[in-house]
Amino acid sequence: MLRSTALLAGSVAAAVAVLVSAASAAPLRPSSFPVTVVASNGKVTVRKQPRRIVSLSPSATETLFAIGAGTQVVAVDDQSDFPNNAPRTTLSGFTPNVEAIAAYHPDLVVIAYDPKGLSAALGKLGITVLHQDGPRTFGGAYQQIRQLGLVTGHEAEAVRLVAGMKRKIAAIVKKARGGRQLSVYHELTPDLYSATSSTFVGKVYTALGLRNIADVADHGGTGYPQLSSEYVVAESPELIVLADSVCCGQKPSSVAARPGWDRISAVRTGSIVLVDDSIASRWGPRLVNFFRAVSSALGRLRSQA
Amino acid sequence: MSVAAERVSQVRPRGLSPLWACSAVVFLLCSLAIGVLAGPVDLGMGAVLESTAAHLHVPGMTSPLTPTEEAILWQIRVPRVVLAALVGGMLALAGATYQGVFRNPLADPYLLGVAAGAGLGATIAIAYLPDGLRGQRALPVAAFLGAVVAVVLTYAVGRSARRERDAATLVLAGVTVAAFFTAWQTFLQQQSSETLQQVYAWILGNIPSSGWPDVVLVLPYIAVAVAVILSLRRVVDVLNLGDDEAASLGVDVRRVRLALVAAATLGTAAAVAVTGLIGFVGIIVPHAIRLVSGIGYRALLPLSFVVGAGFLVLADVVARTALTPAEIPLGVVTAFFGAPFFALVLRTTRGGAG
Repeated sequence: MLRSTALLAGSVAAAVAVLVSAASAAPLRPSSFPVTVVASNGKVTVRKQPRRIVSLSPSATETLFAIGAGTQVVAVDDQSDFPNNAPRTTLSGFTPNVEAIAAYHPDLVVIAYDPKGLSAALGKLGITVLHQDGPRTFGGAYQQIRQLGLVTGHEAEAVRLVAGMKRKIAAIVKKARGGRQLSVYHELTPDLYSATSSTFVGKVYTALGLRNIADVADHGGTGYPQLSSEYVVAESPELIVLADSVCCGQKPSSVAARPGWDRISAVRTGSIVLVDDSIASRWGPRLVNFFRAVSSALGRLRSQA
Repeated sequence: MSVAAERVSQVRPRGLSPLWACSAVVFLLCSLAIGVLAGPVDLGMGAVLESTAAHLHVPGMTSPLTPTEEAILWQIRVPRVVLAALVGGMLALAGATYQGVFRNPLADPYLLGVAAGAGLGATIAIAYLPDGLRGQRALPVAAFLGAVVAVVLTYAVGRSARRERDAATLVLAGVTVAAFFTAWQTFLQQQSSETLQQVYAWILGNIPSSGWPDVVLVLPYIAVAVAVILSLRRVVDVLNLGDDEAASLGVDVRRVRLALVAAATLGTAAAVAVTGLIGFVGIIVPHAIRLVSGIGYRALLPLSFVVGAGFLVLADVVARTALTPAEIPLGVVTAFFGAPFFALVLRTTRGGAG
């Protein structure tokens, strides 16, 4: 998923959804319908509380269930593997079939990617589409959660969820910062695609006060450069985060077995974090889990020193 | 077909002049030197030379490099240069062989479905192998098997043709098999979109920084392929006259063609298995040599290996240093320089061929 996201982020202009509805001024009042929000596909009006939601965005699926809108969801795409009770189907968010989506008679379809005029085609069938593109900042992610709360009639829960996430992340960051600045290498694929500080996942490392070794390599400005093996060995990052453990079977032993990599600081100290690919590539409620995984590795590393 | 005067000149093609042989070897040695000295991490020319001397057990020499720099040089950079040389040489040699055997100036090493087969094998491995097997080691094996299966299938389809079997039938069978395998691969990719980027990265082609194991993996196949092709290099000149002419000169056309195609395919499959698809090397290198030297196949084949090796080492230097410390896919580099060159070859050969 993260690799797909990387592709998308490179090709699709970053458009962060913002709330403009009058309802956002009174966050704790239950949303009244109709409600209008501005998403990546422009102004979206939801006439009444949706009862048959189809989510083709794994991040949105996680949020919908976390804010109590899960019972309104009738189908999620093949990549939405969390939570377990989400009604996972063979629908695809990358090669979507409009008829197959329409067969669920949805009154709201949430997408993270709009290939080949998907939203226009669904629009012709009279189906409301909410396009939430991958955000570049935490603020963008929080706004998407609040937006999902607004359009599903769970605004209060969404606001509570965001507040909880902010509080937990602030606590983690406070504990993690301080001391000597450490360097990090975030691995997307075994052929050394990485993510810079300009990406969503990279902002986690920035927040934790880490130096990202991929930053100097991003000539194209995509945020996802492919690094030279020589460079990674020479940089000798103190922390390695593997976001390719599920997709590609990478683990600390396979990283240590790469030629020359046994010299890398993180390999010597065992500071290699395995993060479930799906956690490291989504921008939903489990962002907190990602922060926790990285910060606990940092804690172990600092206590060794 | 060709006129009588051309036939005479082709039966006695120009051999390998010492000048061309020396130029090619010097080109390869310079490329290897640049390949070892250039990289995202600057190790310093003197230090690299001293370290090399130390590794060659020159008395009194010790390496000035730190252990990390030693690892970068000897475990990452040098094996990558060696792998680039082997793969580049193999692709150029296979391309020249196919061009001679099929009398088709546009033939490349992927003509008989090697690329499509390897692509399908790699996609199956990426999409379906369990996590434990899916590490770096299973992918080349799957790609290799896919390539071999595709070419065997091409041969089977070509043989089943009711019309007289000739080189053109085999090429058509290759196109058919490649189309079928590519469709299958696209279907699998579409079924599991999360594999898309991995398959895409594999198709773009690169020389992996995977150290000596990959060199050891491809070396036996490439060594056998090179030995077989070079031992038959004089026959390629005869085959290039056409099947009937070759048969009248006492060549067992089918058997020799099978041996040459099998060797070229085996070597190409091994190369593709570890590097993915690297385009244009197999076309531009033999054509470049032919254009500048006008030699026949018995000289062209060994020169193609040497020059192809040097060319891919240099292309890989561009791939890993142009945007340092990021990498550019090697297939992009070779195609970027190869495509304009190929257009030139088309222009120059259009009048003569046919």
